[in-house]
Amino acid sequence: MESFQNIVLKLKQYWADRGCIIQEPYDVEVGAGTMCPETFLRVLGPKPYRVAYIQPSRRPADGRYAENPNRLYKHQQLQVILKPSPSDVVEQYLGSLEAIGIDLRKHDVKFEEDNWESPTLGAWGIGWQVMMDGLEITQFTYFQQCGGVDLDLVPAELTYGMERLVAFLQGTDSVYDIEWAPGFSYADVRRADELQFSVYNFEMADIATLWQVFELHEKECQRLLAAWPDYKEKQRFPLLAAYDQVLKCSHAFNLLDSRGAISVTERVGIIARVRKLAVGVAQAYLEQTTGEVAA
Amino acid sequence: MTLDFLLEIGTEEIPDWMIQPALRQLREAFGKLVEENKLGGRVAWVEATPRRIALKAQGLADRQSDSEELVMGPPAAAPAGAAAGFAKKQGVSPQSLERVTTPKGEYLAVRKKIAGRAARDILADALPGLILGIYFPKTMYWTGKGGPRFIRPIRWIVALLGSEVVPFELAGVSSGNTTSGHRRLGATSFAVTIDDYEDTLKKNFVLLRADDRRRRIQEGIQALIAERGLQVKPDADLLETLVFITEYPTPILGEFDASYLELPEEVLVTVMRHHQKYFSVEKTGGGLAPNFIAVMNTAGDPEGLVRQGNERVLRARFNDARFFWDVDQKKTLAARVPDLEHVTFQAKLGSYLAKTQRTMTLVGELGGNAAAVRAVELSKCDLTTELVKEFTELQGVVGGLYARAQGEPEEVARAIYEHYKPVSMEDSIPATATGRLVSLADKLDTLRGCFGIGLAPSGSSDPFALRRAAQGVVKILVEGNLELPLAQLAGGDAQLEEFFRDRIDYYFREVRGYPYDEVRAAMAAGFDNLPDLQRRLEALHIVRPTENFEPVAASFKRIKNILRQAGFPEGEVDERLIEAGPERDLYDAVARVSGENLPEIASLRPVVDRYFDKVLVNAPDARIRANRLAFLAQLLRKFSSIADFSEIVTNGL
Repeated sequence: MESFQNIVLKLKQYWADRGCIIQEPYDVEVGAGTMCPETFLRVLGPKPYRVAYIQPSRRPADGRYAENPNRLYKHQQLQVILKPSPSDVVEQYLGSLEAIGIDLRKHDVKFEEDNWESPTLGAWGIGWQVMMDGLEITQFTYFQQCGGVDLDLVPAELTYGMERLVAFLQGTDSVYDIEWAPGFSYADVRRADELQFSVYNFEMADIATLWQVFELHEKECQRLLAAWPDYKEKQRFPLLAAYDQVLKCSHAFNLLDSRGAISVTERVGIIARVRKLAVGVAQAYLEQTTGEVAA
Repeated sequence: MTLDFLLEIGTEEIPDWMIQPALRQLREAFGKLVEENKLGGRVAWVEATPRRIALKAQGLADRQSDSEELVMGPPAAAPAGAAAGFAKKQGVSPQSLERVTTPKGEYLAVRKKIAGRAARDILADALPGLILGIYFPKTMYWTGKGGPRFIRPIRWIVALLGSEVVPFELAGVSSGNTTSGHRRLGATSFAVTIDDYEDTLKKNFVLLRADDRRRRIQEGIQALIAERGLQVKPDADLLETLVFITEYPTPILGEFDASYLELPEEVLVTVMRHHQKYFSVEKTGGGLAPNFIAVMNTAGDPEGLVRQGNERVLRARFNDARFFWDVDQKKTLAARVPDLEHVTFQAKLGSYLAKTQRTMTLVGELGGNAAAVRAVELSKCDLTTELVKEFTELQGVVGGLYARAQGEPEEVARAIYEHYKPVSMEDSIPATATGRLVSLADKLDTLRGCFGIGLAPSGSSDPFALRRAAQGVVKILVEGNLELPLAQLAGGDAQLEEFFRDRIDYYFREVRGYPYDEVRAAMAAGFDNLPDLQRRLEALHIVRPTENFEPVAASFKRIKNILRQAGFPEGEVDERLIEAGPERDLYDAVARVSGENLPEIASLRPVVDRYFDKVLVNAPDARIRANRLAFLAQLLRKFSSIADFSEIVTNGL
């Protein structure tokens, strides 16, 4: 039986062999691997890029105090970006499953329509959820737009849900029973993390503080974006720092959501505020890296 | 010489529900292409799997026949310079010009021979546009910005006319004679001919024909359950989905722990059907069995790995459902009412709490009892439960189940359970009287509210599903035999009343199948009371084929025309001015016959016919004329309470 970490290593090796840079996780909280600059910003513009990285993705509302065998506040995504998507991208993807020991002739693989959309990022794509024996193991997306901008090269994004994939391979009913490394279960590594953050996210996070956090980061991002047009030495301008503010806002929003502090009506408005920041950064980034001003 | 033609567009996996509309378009577009280019032949079939859309045509001409075209020039009488100029422009010598006689005189003309083009060239030019012209609801680009758009990337194209490739390029793919098999069981690339195409695919684990895949699924299922005393819950939509999501479908039978059968059947079936695309299985004697049928896109599962995988997934899903059910029981529906304040119904219309309060008043006005009011009060509370957040399609159903589990009276629980019904025109209305009132009140509140703030549906845009809500209202009133005045239900909103009129017309025509003129005739006599409208319409429909009815209807139309020409005069009938004979006969007959008895009205035919035969309505004497018009107006009024017969379309009149 392959351990969690071995499967991660094999997938990284597989994609490294296919020309991917192996990145490390981004060190700011994100709700999905897509939000990392390595995806969100790199897919913009005409420059080819290939990258793979594990990204712990935090979704505070999905936490279950480590009591639910399948739901996690933080799960590990393996994110692969192939820009532009090669014509045999589906075959390459299936090859990655074989590389971790799945004999696809003995399993049932289906590609079921599932288009991806992130209103907060002004991003969407066309694709599938990949089902293996009835389990969704990967989200496969051809990006079409990011930050409200039509993409020059259409990247393929493969997002593997590592816990599910490994639970499938190891035949465990609970993610907590996964063997992470020899002698160490997923529970050994992560149970405290899930429990304590569930308590924080649902019970103890201070709503007033979170609103302040949200607004501080929003203001900081707005300040930077306002300075961008007149800044002379464009290459020096800290757009990457501005983008970190977007991620901070997004995470604060998710925490507020899990605290039940956001009504359905407010929700739309706040998503629009974050999107405005994300779109602003994306368009400036495009200009910074290509010299082109987005229409 | 005629040739067969084969086209296969090889793609990545196309969403199942888009495939059949695409095939219909392909058939039509190709038919049009060969017709416009006079290539003859016919489309033999169109077929598809998730990874290929294919068409075969037979009997195409290998080239168009040569044709002639006559290009008209100047009149023969024109100066010589004009003739020379025309000849030069057409690239012929002046001597070769012909004289053609037309109705306008003699003209010069050039007879040009147009060589027919080869079918292969015509197809090569036209196919890229034809393929990209297939409409899909949501397309993508994949070769880069500005590149072609299609439903999913095109990866190969087979285009064969006879034994030759029809050469063209699309999205960087060159057409050829090689295709691809099942992703893992078949070869990645192999050549085909038109004749061996289907068989070669089959050897590579692709069943091209939807019928073959459907049969394989159905026969496979029968083989799995036949001797186990089980039967499958029929589900035609799910079957079609599975037919178009697979290239080589094989069903397998899975099991789950019988303890999950304690969960409501609705929850189990929803998980299996909507989330896992499984067929539910019942015991022959009735009741759900702890089994499911999954359909794989592969040839078999000899080691049981696929079955075990699916069983594990289902177990996790059922565990979730059970977990949510238990968590939800910690707070009753009644205790959740205040929480509805935080669930927005519509920005301007407020929260679900506000909606609930409005609907509670409304259901009372409609005649609902205390149970109906209680059902409304709790009807939206399940929106705050974990189970509905997870399985939104179970809203209402979950509320009903929880109400029952929490000791609410059965009448209340049942009404909550059914209050979204009917969800379509085919769906049944709530089974209980209380359920019907609750459903009506819920829908009417939505309709009144949305119309009140200017959200009436326009064109295809109907985000609040108001058409469905209004259709539901109509269906409940008619089939539930509820004599509630529609104008009052519309709350005095003229636009909403008009909206209802369209829904009523649609319901009786499309759902109930009445001819449009009968619907129109019956509605013209009023549609405020729908059960009454239903009875009148049915009476009209029964009398319609009888011998005398249509002629009488035609006479009524004639009467209406006469009155219209006279400007619909008003006036009382003076019996003393009625002449003995046909006029008196009709007068007496009208007085005798009930205005609500259609067979009797139809029986007036001979008297009416004789009247129009013998009596001059537009009599020279103004007093007599006015009296006759007044009489006809009275007659028409009397016989229009069931239907406006002049709306009936009659033959030859």
